[in-house]
Amino acid sequence: MQTMKPFKFDWLVLPLIGVAVVLLLWQVSCATWAKDLPTPLKTWESSKPYLMEPFAKRGEMDQGILRFTWYSLILVAKGYFLALIIGTPIGFLLGLSKAFTKTFDPIIQVLRPVSPLAWLPLGLVLFMGAGKNASELGALFTIAICSMWPTVLNTAVGVRAIPQDYLNVAKVLKLSRTKTLFKVLIPASLPYMFTGFRLSLGIAWLVIVAAEMLTGRPGVGGFLWQEYNALIYEHIILCIITIGVVGFILDRLMSLVEKRFKTI
Amino acid sequence: MSNYVELYNLSKVYPTPKGDAVIVKNFNLNIQKGEFVTLIGHSGCGKSTVLSMLAGLNDISDGGIILAGRELSGAGPDRGVVFQSPSLLPWMTAYENVMLGVEQVFFTASKLERQEIVEYYLTVVGLGEAMHKKPAELSQGMRQRVGIARAFALKPKMLLLDEPFGMLDSLTRYELQQVLIELWRKNKITALMVTHDVDEALFLSDRIVCMTDGPAAEVGKIMEVNFPRPRERKAVMEHPDYYKLREQLIEFLEVRAHRKPASPILSATPEPATTFVPV
Repeated sequence: MQTMKPFKFDWLVLPLIGVAVVLLLWQVSCATWAKDLPTPLKTWESSKPYLMEPFAKRGEMDQGILRFTWYSLILVAKGYFLALIIGTPIGFLLGLSKAFTKTFDPIIQVLRPVSPLAWLPLGLVLFMGAGKNASELGALFTIAICSMWPTVLNTAVGVRAIPQDYLNVAKVLKLSRTKTLFKVLIPASLPYMFTGFRLSLGIAWLVIVAAEMLTGRPGVGGFLWQEYNALIYEHIILCIITIGVVGFILDRLMSLVEKRFKTI
Repeated sequence: MSNYVELYNLSKVYPTPKGDAVIVKNFNLNIQKGEFVTLIGHSGCGKSTVLSMLAGLNDISDGGIILAGRELSGAGPDRGVVFQSPSLLPWMTAYENVMLGVEQVFFTASKLERQEIVEYYLTVVGLGEAMHKKPAELSQGMRQRVGIARAFALKPKMLLLDEPFGMLDSLTRYELQQVLIELWRKNKITALMVTHDVDEALFLSDRIVCMTDGPAAEVGKIMEVNFPRPRERKAVMEHPDYYKLREQLIEFLEVRAHRKPASPILSATPEPATTFVPV
């Protein structure tokens, strides 16, 4: 294969070519086999009010796209932190104790691949008594339980991968349990933990859409589902693009944080 | 003088599916207070196992160890350990690495006193300028200096050195041997070092304990090294007994190696230090 020489602004021009190619395919699809798919131009025109006034609130389910995104992000943040607060200690226990691993690893492996769509109804059932808050609590439950696994597993791997040298130092200096935890175990496994945190955030964002669709909460996912029911297909595409862009930005931000915490 | 450190019938056995693997068997050794003793032997003969049992990092299968009149159990900061790899915590600066131990040992001292201890030892090993750097910014030799400072700063009853210069190039090794011997002389700490470098052993030790090859390694022969102290490398190497002792050591190591022809370690030539010719 011939390698292309990098030219000036290739970082900008090449991705734009990529976008152009996809837009062209989209346009061609609209004209040929996907008659119901709105064209790029129609999508743009229909999305304009939501993009130009991104924080407008015209009604419960008719708001600017960034306002919807904001609702979704807040819910994700809550569920995600719940996942970290529960997942990290479980990961530490798994990494430190063979008995704990033997006891709970099979359950974790079974629960891990369960889809958010399966968890959500259970979440709603669990918090049925909460009345008005039932859908929020159910959504939080689903986000937390689906997104905590990468944190759990990566933390466990990180703890197991701590070099014996560091543990020997802790042993020789007779550090207390707390001191060993905070001065040795946590800093040593931090890089792995942050990889887990990043992957968990990705999943949390994935789950939010499903959760909102099923509960009809205002947010990008809820909006998407409502517009599908209202036959405004342009807005489905607007939501998809928004979800993708936000997910991408979240991942970039997390990988910046991850790099910052590379201790080794 | 009574024995300060006593290793009696010390044994290490690992149970394996094929039966017990005896690494060290009936290892007996007494060390006087303030003495510098070196364990020498081939790689894998079990000398490091003896040291790590002393450090409390490895369980004792049989026999025991008495340090300053008390039977040892487990690890503790009364024994300063210098590991082969410097074993510094990479997220802490040199200063913080030493402070971690100093806080453990001198918990009744004031903050200022602890600070002085850490700074003193880091300066003595030649890191006065670099003490607030992280290990990644230090050379391998400098990292090992931190390791030495950390061990001495604990004011331990005993110093344990596990091939402390094994990972260094020979020039750096000479420098650090000098740093070590001076600190040791000033602090009068009983020391046990493990090495397979004959010249290193001769330069530093009062006594050299040759270990037989494993499995079931034990004390083979003990050599007194009576070069006057304080020692200087050139004077030691020009000492009339130097090459005689060196010869004896190498012969011991080679004979033991020949005892097991299947052993891959046939040429018991010591480390690159042999190429050093005193002028």
